[in-house]
Amino acid sequence: MTASVFFGCTFIAFGPAIALFLFTIAREPLRVIFLIAGAFFWLVSLLLASLVWFISVQISNKDSAAQQKGLLVFGVVLSVLLQEAFRFAYYKLLKKANEGLLTLSQEETMPISIRQLAYVSGLGFGFMSGAFSVVNILADSVGPGTIGIHGDSQHYFLSSAFMTMAIILLHMFWGVVFFDGCEKQRWWAVAAVVASHLIVSCLTFQNPEYVGSLVPTYVILFLMGVWAFYAAGGSLRNLKLCLTCKDKDFLLANHRPR
Amino acid sequence: MYTPRFRNMFAHLSGNVGVLHVLESEENLDWVLHSGLTPPYLVILESSLFTRSIMMKLKNGSSRVAGVAVVTPNANPSQGTSPHTSCPNENTGVYTENYDPTMARCNVTVWNPLGTGLSYEEFDFPIFAMKEDNDTQVIRQCYMDHNRAGNGSTPQYPLCAMQLYSHMSAVTDTATCMRRNNINFSLSPEMVCDPLSDFNVWASTRPLNNTAKGHKEGESVVLAAARLDSRSFFFDIAPGAESGVSGFVALLAAAHALRNATQEAPPPRNILYAFFHGETFDYIGSSRMVYDMEKNNFAVDLDNIHSVLEVGQVGLHAESRLWLHSDPVSRKNSSVNEELILRLQSAASGLNVSVEEPGFSQPLPPSSFQRFLRARPIPGVVIEDHRSAFTNSFYESMYDNAEYLNISYPPDLTPDEQLEYVTDTAKALTEVATVVARTLYIQAGGAESRLGSINADPQMVTRILYGFLVRSNNSWFQQLIPSDLVSHLTDRPTNFYVGVAQQPGKPTLLVQYLLANLTGSTVNMYSYLWVQGAAPPNSTERVGFCMRSAARLSKALSPAFDLHEYTSKDYSTWTESRWKTIKGRIFLVASHELEMLTLGVGVGVLLTSLMLTYIMSSKADILFSSGREPANATY
Repeated sequence: MTASVFFGCTFIAFGPAIALFLFTIAREPLRVIFLIAGAFFWLVSLLLASLVWFISVQISNKDSAAQQKGLLVFGVVLSVLLQEAFRFAYYKLLKKANEGLLTLSQEETMPISIRQLAYVSGLGFGFMSGAFSVVNILADSVGPGTIGIHGDSQHYFLSSAFMTMAIILLHMFWGVVFFDGCEKQRWWAVAAVVASHLIVSCLTFQNPEYVGSLVPTYVILFLMGVWAFYAAGGSLRNLKLCLTCKDKDFLLANHRPR
Repeated sequence: MYTPRFRNMFAHLSGNVGVLHVLESEENLDWVLHSGLTPPYLVILESSLFTRSIMMKLKNGSSRVAGVAVVTPNANPSQGTSPHTSCPNENTGVYTENYDPTMARCNVTVWNPLGTGLSYEEFDFPIFAMKEDNDTQVIRQCYMDHNRAGNGSTPQYPLCAMQLYSHMSAVTDTATCMRRNNINFSLSPEMVCDPLSDFNVWASTRPLNNTAKGHKEGESVVLAAARLDSRSFFFDIAPGAESGVSGFVALLAAAHALRNATQEAPPPRNILYAFFHGETFDYIGSSRMVYDMEKNNFAVDLDNIHSVLEVGQVGLHAESRLWLHSDPVSRKNSSVNEELILRLQSAASGLNVSVEEPGFSQPLPPSSFQRFLRARPIPGVVIEDHRSAFTNSFYESMYDNAEYLNISYPPDLTPDEQLEYVTDTAKALTEVATVVARTLYIQAGGAESRLGSINADPQMVTRILYGFLVRSNNSWFQQLIPSDLVSHLTDRPTNFYVGVAQQPGKPTLLVQYLLANLTGSTVNMYSYLWVQGAAPPNSTERVGFCMRSAARLSKALSPAFDLHEYTSKDYSTWTESRWKTIKGRIFLVASHELEMLTLGVGVGVLLTSLMLTYIMSSKADILFSSGREPANATY
């Protein structure tokens, strides 16, 4: 659909992620490293899931459409479960690494907190997941035509881009909530993350009814965002302070360094 | 699209995209050229609408036209039409202002009155031809489903569109592209165009020493000429049934008929059979041969030629009449011409065909003989089936095919049975070949008593016609050629466009091997050709054999390219552009507004998220302050 659609969809899909990376991660080398490691963990989980799915497709009956659809659902569920399992594995790894980093460093305080790690690893998962979701679609959108000659909806590119944006942000929120739950031993929080990931992935089976899959996804995104905000240490009071620009007084009153 | 064919012209490197529009009538053009809201359009033309007036209107509105695709019908139209000019090769024949001003530029007779000159117009968009098959129906259905304006309402996006790739590297004219060929700025210079060239096929009944070029003392040659090539508006459809094939098939059959007579009782003069290639494009082959003869680069030279007998378009002779054309200017001084005509008439006596002269002073029709006359006033006659203007109403058109010559077979015949079935067209053409053969024999000085035994073989003629006009992949052609040329045989009629090959093209090779087979081994100087042969009845392996003959190839490249005169008025300067892959595809296109909206939304999302993130990250220590581990965290 030409270059304008290509750039438009790229910015929609990766805009928030790029903004977050630029302003919060790019300057700190440690965060960059953990971001890339997080992306790598997601990639390994995808590799395992696709290996299992590939083998099962080969041994299945290729002619039966119902079986293939069933295999697809199985593949999606397996991939979600593997991603969350790898998120947990990454959490464990980071805990161990943090202790090691502390013994190596000469300062007394930890160079990076577990909360920041949660955010960074979630964003890493999001980047990689978004890339795999949308890069092929972006490559096709450069051509002169659009979807629809066989009757499909022509809003395919746009909805894929919005879905990808939602997924990237969701991964970030899930990362924060997940790590917070693990830290405080609140296993119901972890289960809620897994459940919401499953719901969002299975919602995509509604496509091409894009309204049916995008709207609930964005609702879940908003809810997850609020939960992650609270888990990261935000509160309504802080929000009000920021919005009414009373933050300077607040700082002085509490003698906190800026 | 099954096999897109193209017309050389301007197109984008990445392919031309246009919204599909199936043209319903000439008035409907107004939508494409003026009132349609979603240009550029890619126009689908039914064959009945593929006329000069519609194409010229499309040409004038080419800013709104992205391309044209013509649906070629399975049967010929009833009305004759020719995309060639009405006066073919008018600048390179013998009738210039110097020779005879009253006869120049078709002043006396317009040879091709149905000619529209469409093949010589310059178009800024690609023009494809599509066969009438399933893919074409898919294209029409896509137009009906998405693009059709119903009841005055405009069609909404997304619209069905098509993209045609046929980028041509060369522009403007031959002089420009040949100059650009010679620009050597890189290690691998890119050629942008090539001269049209191929090979002429020639053979002689008494062998000529081909390595001793120039004048041959005591050698007097009767030149029997015919044209090999043809063309149409589109690139690889050039059946040329009446325009070219009828003539050279008659000459091939005549050569075959003369084989025994010239071996057992060889006449005093030599007979040189010449099949010229590239004649459609300002006499490439014949001008080259005359040039070679003048420069002593050929086995004989112009002084050795006694007379010329050319076989032109002879496939359509209604009422079995043939017309003998000769040049009024040169025949005034020649008695040889009168003798030749008398011999032709006596050769035709007793046969089912009558030969006459037109009866009034008329220039020669476009023929290779004109190039010989330009060099020397040689006596000669051109045999045609038209008295004045062409009877061929599809001259150099894609409809000039087997159906036009009325080559029809009874239903339910296998291809091999069709190959052997003697059609009426073949019988008629055999009569012509017999006349030509007998005349050549007498003209070469042979004895009259042998004339009765010189007869062309209708079986041979029908096989050759089948092979060139219906299907070249048949059992007889397979026997005549070597095994490495078998892949050249197809299940379709042969394409006679001259092309740019450095090697001999497919029709050239087929004619060479045919001529070799039909004239067989005569005497000393030979070319040796190894051919596949047939498989004996009880085995599947073919038994090959070596054919010794005097059939040879001589280069047919216009002398203008050897002399580097790219604007020459004397010689043909046709070139063909180099091109990249030819293909096409259809899809839907979205409206420009939706694309811009997407871009706008994307930029908006990016800017918004940049702003929000900046704000949040600068206020982050306030926002995320509660519930923090005391004093350990840095954030």
